[in-house]
Amino acid sequence: MMLTPESLAQIDREVAKYPADQKRSAVMSALRIAQVEKGWLSSDTIKFVAEYLGIAPMAAHEVATFYNMYDRAPVGKYKITVCTNLPCALSGGVDAGEYLQKKLGIHFNETTADGKFTLKEGECMGACGYAPVLLVNNHTMCNHMTPDAIDRKLAELN
Amino acid sequence: MTVYVKGVVFDGVDFDDPNSWSIDAYIQRGGYAALKKIIAEGITQDAIIAELKTSSLRGRGGAGFPTGLKWSFMPRSFPGQKYLVCNTDEGEPGTFKDLDIIVNNPHALIEGMIIGGYAMGITVGYNYIHGEVFEAYERFEAALEEARRAGFLGDNILGSEFCFQLHAHHGYGAYICGEETALLESLEGKKGQPRFKPPFPASYGLYGKPTTINNTETFASVPYIVREGGQKFLELGKPNNGGTKLFSISGHVNRPGNYEIPLGTPFADLLEMAGGMRGGKKIKAVIPGGSSAPVLPGHIMMETTMDYDAIAKAGSMLGSGAVIVMDETVCMVKALRRLSYFYYEESCGQCTPCREGTGWLYRVVDRIERGLGRPEDLDLLESVGKNIAGRTICALGDAAVMPVQGMLKHFRDEFLHHIEHKKCLVPGF
Repeated sequence: MMLTPESLAQIDREVAKYPADQKRSAVMSALRIAQVEKGWLSSDTIKFVAEYLGIAPMAAHEVATFYNMYDRAPVGKYKITVCTNLPCALSGGVDAGEYLQKKLGIHFNETTADGKFTLKEGECMGACGYAPVLLVNNHTMCNHMTPDAIDRKLAELN
Repeated sequence: MTVYVKGVVFDGVDFDDPNSWSIDAYIQRGGYAALKKIIAEGITQDAIIAELKTSSLRGRGGAGFPTGLKWSFMPRSFPGQKYLVCNTDEGEPGTFKDLDIIVNNPHALIEGMIIGGYAMGITVGYNYIHGEVFEAYERFEAALEEARRAGFLGDNILGSEFCFQLHAHHGYGAYICGEETALLESLEGKKGQPRFKPPFPASYGLYGKPTTINNTETFASVPYIVREGGQKFLELGKPNNGGTKLFSISGHVNRPGNYEIPLGTPFADLLEMAGGMRGGKKIKAVIPGGSSAPVLPGHIMMETTMDYDAIAKAGSMLGSGAVIVMDETVCMVKALRRLSYFYYEESCGQCTPCREGTGWLYRVVDRIERGLGRPEDLDLLESVGKNIAGRTICALGDAAVMPVQGMLKHFRDEFLHHIEHKKCLVPGF
């Protein structure tokens, strides 16, 4: 099996939310669960998810390439996404992005040499009142990320 | 930071108590009383919809469509499966109110959806949650489990004949899915590309079945209306703009956050609640309803009240209630460049005018910002805008054009200065 029994059980719980003839609705969650386990979505993983749900591989591939939180190439152990959209930018979002680039020695869309951190510039995360905002590995939101707070977060992840 | 004045959506929520979201705390503050009343007194579907019409509740997601009217569109006698969908795909820059609801008062939304299911004869619902807020999605899942265990969700609710199942669906990063038909496509496990309307979701929605879609805050307002009466809700606000509204304030204020206040409150009062301008600087401009709403100069906003009709009269729209405040140091060319990039990045690519046009808007604003603008560029922006607006399947095209039009209407001098002098008129962001 390509995914662990734990991941498959999670996917099964998602499938159960939808009508029996609409398993396709679970493809977004299934890809998310697969990505959490594998770190990123290879074509083989996408194909496996599609077959597990009984849908065409291309249908899953379309979803994996349309939504921007799916990673179609390997990323570092920690993927950090910084929101630089206007409301965040007015409250230090761009500064947080620059500070992270300097601190990690990489630009956006790059990964540190030790494979630990990937840095991404993101669009609105729906948390503008808590700017600057970072998202770690798609699922952990970090609010009010001043340079000091970024230092603490990086130390904790390291 | 969340504040409520006359609490409807956040009625009684204690933001310092980590358990205030739980079902026990919600019931203690009067939660699920509306649902119990409906079941115990056998209140009819028509009576609930009439109450909503009295309340003048309007869709809180941005369009402001009257909720009672929308609910009356659902063909209740349709023999097959019907669906109820909540739109918590909140990704309009500036908006962060629905996140606050599903984290801090998820049962208000759940109760509102159950009542919606009852009023429209629907037995299955989904709440589509924005991708980037995974922790909030998990919170909502936990709240659903509580509601199931307490007998508010599932078969034979509170011993009645009424059955309603509700599930959460997690998005994964696409602004376009906030558009209701793109959201339906996404719920079906496809790319989130909007559908042509008509047919409208009320006749052809999720899996091709009749579907009603409302915003999170809209549903979360329903229990109060049923419990206290539509008239009382209406009187919290003003005619045609009933009730309270959540305003998400971001940008150059001292206390950014969500403020639930009566519709019709003066903007000046809202600004004061948010602690006033950061660093005591002068207010320059406000985007009053999320990034898609045309910007308004600060002096106009200071004379305006916060409701659908007043903001429309001032030349913009209330939208989702996201208020982005900018002080005198903001370069409007730079601000617009960031917004234009957003629409370019988020266009789903389905319609040529939007897919190509948003790229044009971004590239032209970008070259003006970089000192490479040409004298004819402002006309070019207007021409590109005219070729996008009204020519696409969904409103994302219009949403990309409105910020450009608003900026050129009110801050044209700054753009001209950029083109002529190849630098900003003001120093800051």
